[in-house]
Amino acid sequence: MQDEILKMRGINKSFPGVRALQNVDFTLFEGEIHALMGENGAGKSTLIKVLTGVYAKEGGEIRLRGLDKPVTIKSPQEAQKLGISTVYQEITLCPNLTVAENMFIGRAEEVIVNWKKRIDKTNAILASLGISAKATQQLSSCSIAVQQMVAIARAVDMECKVLILDEPTSSLDDQEVAKLFSLMRDLKNRGVGIIFVTHFLEQVYEVCDKITVLRNGELIGEYLIKDLPRVALVSKMLGKELGDLSALQNETACDISRQKDIVVEVKGLSGDSGIRPFDFKTCKGEVTGFAGLLGSGRSECVRAIFGADHVTGGEIKIKGKPVHITSPLKAMKNGIGYLSEDRKSDGIIGDLSVRENMILALQVMRGFFKPFSKAQAYAFADEYIKLLGIKTASADTPISSLSGGNQQKVILARWLLTHPDYLILDEPTRGIDIGTKVDIQKLVLKLADEGMSITFISSEIEEMLRTCSRLIVMRDLNIVGELKGEDMTQDRIMHTIAGGATNHGDS
Amino acid sequence: MSSLNEAPQIGRFDGIKNKLMRREKLTDTVFLLTITISLFITIYALAVIFLGDKGFGKIQMFFNLFNENAALIVIACGLSIVMVTGSIDISVGGSTALICTACIVCLNNYGFNFLTSLILALAIGLAFGLFQGILIAYLEIQPFIVTLAGMFLGRGLVALIEVNQIQVANAGFEKLSAARIEIPFLGDYNKKGIFLQSKLEYGVVVALIIVVLIFLLLRKTSLGRSFYAVGGNPQSALMLGINVKRTRFLAHALCGLLAGIGGFLYLFHTRSGSVQQATGLEMDAISASIIGGTLLTGGVGNIFGTLFGVLTGGTVLLIVTAIGSQDPWWPQITRAAMLCFFIILQSVICSRKRRKSE
Repeated sequence: MQDEILKMRGINKSFPGVRALQNVDFTLFEGEIHALMGENGAGKSTLIKVLTGVYAKEGGEIRLRGLDKPVTIKSPQEAQKLGISTVYQEITLCPNLTVAENMFIGRAEEVIVNWKKRIDKTNAILASLGISAKATQQLSSCSIAVQQMVAIARAVDMECKVLILDEPTSSLDDQEVAKLFSLMRDLKNRGVGIIFVTHFLEQVYEVCDKITVLRNGELIGEYLIKDLPRVALVSKMLGKELGDLSALQNETACDISRQKDIVVEVKGLSGDSGIRPFDFKTCKGEVTGFAGLLGSGRSECVRAIFGADHVTGGEIKIKGKPVHITSPLKAMKNGIGYLSEDRKSDGIIGDLSVRENMILALQVMRGFFKPFSKAQAYAFADEYIKLLGIKTASADTPISSLSGGNQQKVILARWLLTHPDYLILDEPTRGIDIGTKVDIQKLVLKLADEGMSITFISSEIEEMLRTCSRLIVMRDLNIVGELKGEDMTQDRIMHTIAGGATNHGDS
Repeated sequence: MSSLNEAPQIGRFDGIKNKLMRREKLTDTVFLLTITISLFITIYALAVIFLGDKGFGKIQMFFNLFNENAALIVIACGLSIVMVTGSIDISVGGSTALICTACIVCLNNYGFNFLTSLILALAIGLAFGLFQGILIAYLEIQPFIVTLAGMFLGRGLVALIEVNQIQVANAGFEKLSAARIEIPFLGDYNKKGIFLQSKLEYGVVVALIIVVLIFLLLRKTSLGRSFYAVGGNPQSALMLGINVKRTRFLAHALCGLLAGIGGFLYLFHTRSGSVQQATGLEMDAISASIIGGTLLTGGVGNIFGTLFGVLTGGTVLLIVTAIGSQDPWWPQITRAAMLCFFIILQSVICSRKRRKSE
């Protein structure tokens, strides 16, 4: 049996209001590729940041092979010295320098640079790892995949024992991923322990030996890859037991075959966010849902429809008429509304009042040179404050002083004001209290009843089952299935996400 | 299921695209340097061809280009360093004026000689650099604001010392300042047919030595490379184990020291001092750096480019003087056009880079 090179025991870490890690254990062996899995907020990044010294842990101990005492890691530099290197999704190299410089800069080095030695050594390392780059090449002229591999090569040359790969594959294409994997296997054979953080299930099963699953800051368990079928992994990540059938369903089924009622029809749409070409249609009064794990492409799909990401191909028809949507404004003018996933950065403008935030989308559609009269704006605001039950002191209160749930309602009002034919709600209930969640779910059903088409995206499967009449299931940036009516059960969703929709369980 | 089958194919196409994009290219620094040097040669050659009778035919004209700009070359070197780290220093004009006036007062009234006044100049320059460096690097105040304050402080102190324009009245200093190097075998015939050997000021030698030293510093030392790394991406530089704050501080300290040397060369050349002296010198230095291919966003730049940037600016000034236009706006407008050209070029390079990294 190989040696343990890293042992984390009883790690605790909390942030104001959140216990990010509770008593988490993690063990890494020599020559092992170990996947760290979990949904958003599970604590993966926190655990990595504790290990790399970005955050200080509040409890527990970290032991490294060859050291008698538990270590306290205070900075990424210190982690590197201890042999723990991290390669992030975002490249943390300098794009303006050459490959050779990026390999060596910042390492306790001589005052005068010996270029020849560096370039020769770099070429040797690149060759031994099979990386197709030249030492004298400027880093920014390499593809992202090669840049990532250069970062890995640097870590390897610094004799790292533990290599952390934090979502390295999210911006790579299939061929590049394959190259990265062969590099990872190579390092594994050399005895490096690799911690692999990813959202892509396929990749975990392709390359990893073990999986540690976290959920809500707690350790769910450590499993050998062969002992954990995909569907079981999905169920552990989502925290839903198999066979836990939920009967709650949206009764309003919609007959998609009635062509004349189709509001939005999408064919072969793809965007620069990496989403594979997909087809989608929805009819009047239907609530559709995009289900899938985080990073499966559910947000990217709707962002492409709304024109929020750059669209690279495909066509969109609205009510049977082909339209060319290149920007959110065009989407809005074509009757599409989009409530974004990230309320803070994409949605609210904190210093503006509730009223101003509310009329924003409508104002944009009307054009900025035709402002609404104040009385008109107040009339709109008061109407929707009452309609949605927004708890605010007045229409003039800055939106930042409202609770998360009420902020969300204001933004919902913003889109309802534009009277869209098709409204996309991306995680509308994240981080808000139960009462408001139910309000929003009820509102969605009511709006659909009045004839609006809605797409509802949520990480909570129950919520989707309660509100949606049809579910599009996504995995690894592809649509992998569609469920409706009786098929819409938690079990079926999890099987579809895991990749065994037709042949139950075995994967 | 059709979408599943299509996916790998698309991946393959992306792979081919990436392979095509991976061709080795000139680094941005070398690319911009090439453009600068070609630009200088073109402008000077055109001047020689079309304005040969107005002095450009003479070899001394070429040396005058250096004589006039020795101080600016050194100061622009300092600015290139801070600009490579992604910072800026607009106090150098103010500190130059302060150095001139302070040194003249000391030379004339307090018995300073060449050496002690040189030390004073370096001390003033370095003091500006160190103080501004601390504020910028360790207290993380905007460099523009800090050095704007430095600029006002420099001019204010000049007025405090001496309101009127003053001249050096120190025999030893004047003698050294008037000394010239005679270039063997090179020279021009004047109207009477007498051969005049070309002359170069000693300040030019100092400036060129400094250019070479700074080039070696930026190219060959780990400190120099850290300047580029910090300018390229400070966050990455930190993750790569570079002490970003110290690097920024040293860049400003070095810029201050070079402003001290440059200020002294300015005095050595002009032998006078006033409140209005060297107004806009910092802008000349910044524009020379930009024309020389230093990116204002940091991380890209070459000291030889800066040298040629200064020379290009100087040539334009000489051309306008040679044409005989007394209007002060022509050099400004020409420089504006050149800056525009370079800024557009730089933004094209930047956007190309951004597109690639996406």
